[in-house]
Amino acid sequence: MIPDSLTIDSVRSSIQERTTTALALAEAHYARIQKEDGEIGAYLTLCKERALEQADRIDRMAAEGKPLPPLAGVPVAIKDVMSTCGVRTTAGSKSLAHYIPPYDCTAVAHMEAAGAVVLGKTNCDEFAMGSSNENSAFKPVRNPRDLSRVPGGSSGGSAAAVAADMAVVALGSDTGGSIRQPASFCGVVGLMPTYGRVSRYGLIAFASSLDHIGPLTRTVKDAAIVLRTIAGRDPVDSTSADVPVPDYVAELKKPIRGLKLGIAKEYFSDGLDDEVRHSVESAIDKVKSLGCELAPVSLPHTPYSIPTYYLIATAEASSNLARYDGVRYSYRAPGVKSLSEMYRRSRDEGFGAEVKRRIMLGTYALSAGYYDAYYLKAQKVRTLLTRDFEEAFRKVDAIVTPTSPTAAFRLGEKSNDPLAMYLADIYTVTADLAGIPGISIPCGETKEKLPIGLQILGKHFDESTILRVANAYEKAA
Amino acid sequence: MGDRLVDSVEPYNPEMPTSVAHVTTYEPVIGLEVHVQLLTASKIFCSCCTRFGAAPNTNVCPVCLGMPGALPVLNRKAVEFATLAAMALNCRIHETSIFARKNYFYPDLPKGYQISQYDKPLAEHGYIEVQASKTDAGSEKLRTENRELRTRRIGITRVHLEEDAGKSLHEGFPDSDEKTAIDLNRAGVPLIEIVSEPDIATPDEAYEYLTRLKEIILYTGVSDCNMEEGSLRCDANVSVRPRGQKELGTKAEIKNVNSFRFIREALVYEIARQIEVIEGGGKIVQETRLYNSHEGKTYSMRSKEQAHDYRYFPEPDLPPLVVDEKWKAEIAKTLPELPEARRARFVREFGVTEYDAQVLTVSKSLADQFEAAAKAAKNPKRVANLVQGELMGRLKARGASIEQSPISMKGVAASADLVESGVISGKMLKDLYDLSFERDQDFPEVYEAEGRPQQSSDTSALEKIIDEILAANPKQLEQYRAGKTTMLGFFVGQVMKASKGHANPQLVNELLTKKLG
Repeated sequence: MIPDSLTIDSVRSSIQERTTTALALAEAHYARIQKEDGEIGAYLTLCKERALEQADRIDRMAAEGKPLPPLAGVPVAIKDVMSTCGVRTTAGSKSLAHYIPPYDCTAVAHMEAAGAVVLGKTNCDEFAMGSSNENSAFKPVRNPRDLSRVPGGSSGGSAAAVAADMAVVALGSDTGGSIRQPASFCGVVGLMPTYGRVSRYGLIAFASSLDHIGPLTRTVKDAAIVLRTIAGRDPVDSTSADVPVPDYVAELKKPIRGLKLGIAKEYFSDGLDDEVRHSVESAIDKVKSLGCELAPVSLPHTPYSIPTYYLIATAEASSNLARYDGVRYSYRAPGVKSLSEMYRRSRDEGFGAEVKRRIMLGTYALSAGYYDAYYLKAQKVRTLLTRDFEEAFRKVDAIVTPTSPTAAFRLGEKSNDPLAMYLADIYTVTADLAGIPGISIPCGETKEKLPIGLQILGKHFDESTILRVANAYEKAA
Repeated sequence: MGDRLVDSVEPYNPEMPTSVAHVTTYEPVIGLEVHVQLLTASKIFCSCCTRFGAAPNTNVCPVCLGMPGALPVLNRKAVEFATLAAMALNCRIHETSIFARKNYFYPDLPKGYQISQYDKPLAEHGYIEVQASKTDAGSEKLRTENRELRTRRIGITRVHLEEDAGKSLHEGFPDSDEKTAIDLNRAGVPLIEIVSEPDIATPDEAYEYLTRLKEIILYTGVSDCNMEEGSLRCDANVSVRPRGQKELGTKAEIKNVNSFRFIREALVYEIARQIEVIEGGGKIVQETRLYNSHEGKTYSMRSKEQAHDYRYFPEPDLPPLVVDEKWKAEIAKTLPELPEARRARFVREFGVTEYDAQVLTVSKSLADQFEAAAKAAKNPKRVANLVQGELMGRLKARGASIEQSPISMKGVAASADLVESGVISGKMLKDLYDLSFERDQDFPEVYEAEGRPQQSSDTSALEKIIDEILAANPKQLEQYRAGKTTMLGFFVGQVMKASKGHANPQLVNELLTKKLG
């Protein structure tokens, strides 16, 4: 079976009807990876034994004629920031190059319990810090649509794997746009659920109050299926929410006619590339033609989102990354003579430049005498940004924006300019800060055949509406 | 916690002791920080066991090891214990408190931060009442001169919840000269930190405060307060200022003190040292000092960075802790009668002295035993009297505490009932108590072993003994008849002796009077 453009349902029914086997499908994907991934670099670690064992289990169920679970035999890729028991988990960092976790991330466990076959762990920016995947300590990921370009970041490996048919779906993580922006760069669907919707247990923390796990898929329906699988309260994550999980797939069938969509001028400002603007505006027209009403909304604190984000995210990161001290599982510099030398050299050699930059920024923001001016103030602005959305959502059901101001840029184009790189997240960080869900779906291409993404933002715990709008657009486009 | 990167330690050695004159011109100001380990079965943020003494690194999991991706979940029991302790310390419990990260690097701190509470602690504004001598300094001489006691209220600034760190083992391994071993069994064990106001005026008062604090915590049952096992740890902040000056002097923090006695000694030393420095024209440096109990001195512990910046910020992995009125009321229901109240009641109900009430309430279990025994006995006051009159003296003579008594409270109650019902005489009881102490056996066992002796109330048998005694002591009988009625006592004694103490003294008295009459 050729892995091209499969979806969860097509895989599951082929296995159920015995036109293929989970084993054959897994093998076909490994063959594809073997052939393609040398150039792309989407995977860091493959876990063939684990995958084939699971595939075999599914095939035996199918052979016995048992009903198959929703993700039966679906080859999935897991971003390497999610803990996998017995399978190396690096977070794209040298400091964890040899770390083998003793436990599974809750979301991964849910995927496998639903029958998914985990092929391997995908490349990403180190500790999910980056927008281009160039910050991986191991290798960059290249965009399958144009190998000279980045796949976006930090879930670049997951997006590329799905785009290049090296997995049917993937899990990524989003702290400032890390699911949606690579989804838009690679031409796939990327969903960031509401904060607390999906357990973070086992997700290697970058910024705890901003980190989200979510799916990267080829279709909106697949995103809905994966979300239904991984969503819900988890007793081991105190920040996971005890809010009922709707049947997102059933919700897709509801009509979108009459929904009110907000257009925020702050998301169509100067930095927006013309081709992206054109595509996004056409997509909005398309949605309007499907019966949605458009209404202008104002999100006046948007200009402060990038500085706010980079204060809070780095502050939390500076604390979250303190555990990589060389004492237990993380990289320890050889030949150290004292405790302080062990700390200094292990962390200096174990972390890359961007990670160290963010640790320093965050440490500074939390320091005595600066806390009020930076961290505390950023938290206040975060409240204002959240209120902007609450205000807007009183008038509209969802807000449509571009996902990223540009299509995929070239490798090296921004890697020496951290500020330019940070601005790649300008349309995505606000949702992370406000804790609201957002989805990116393909909405056309540039003249150079680079994918463009349309972002739809929703109310807290209202993934159903954004999935519905995205699904309707996908079907119509 | 935290100031532990000792690069060099330097001893300071002033001439001791400082004269009394200095002590009276300066006034010490002392505040204490006490860490108490809570007796929960599992750790504060994971389900690992908290048992002390397990093989190193066996009570651990991804959460308390600080593995990437692991998250904390708050232990409800720890919250209940902390709240109970705070209530017993007269604190105001905040409905909402916030966990915060205290960031510092140390190898036995797995996450590189300790989850603690900072600007919104669980409880504030408590106090403990202590009996304090009127002297301000710890000088033995002044203390003995000024015996008058008074009650002082020592303020408690705050009580907050936090997790413990692991243990660094710098000794005891073949390669200990170049390596440090780490045991993370203790990492994540729940602690409460109890911070006093700088209300403590003398080392004795500090000792008294700690004694009362420990007593209260033990009564609540939330900790065993075992200092050897580290379940109670104390740091002291101390400064001195010229008497009458409002402004506080520069303080030193004394760490690493593992008994209340050493805290008192360390404070006596440190106060003298500070006075010495100031008198010598020097300045006190704000610093952390370690107490060396072998030498009885504090040493400067210079940390690498002079002042730590812990970069506290709210713990994003935990929602605010809410102890609402309903939960608070449930916890309050488990609050036992506290030692102070119990002492007053013992004095009132059982007529024991203040001192004995103190002894009887030294631990909750002893007080419970006493009270249960007394209440089960025919005459509760007699139980109290026996404890005071017969037990305490014997224990004192032996140098034993009441907890080491061979006679249990139940034993005292049994003996009291025997006397109360006239089965044994007071003299017999004394003898049986002596045997108990001799044999290290409880009263009922000794009583059983002695064949359940009874005082004799057999009139005819006693009359026979009396006749024999009177016949054998004609001289004394003559004296009595001549008007020396005090000789009655002599005859009673003789009869008792002849009956081996088993005669009912009251009956002997009656029969003798009749015979002699």
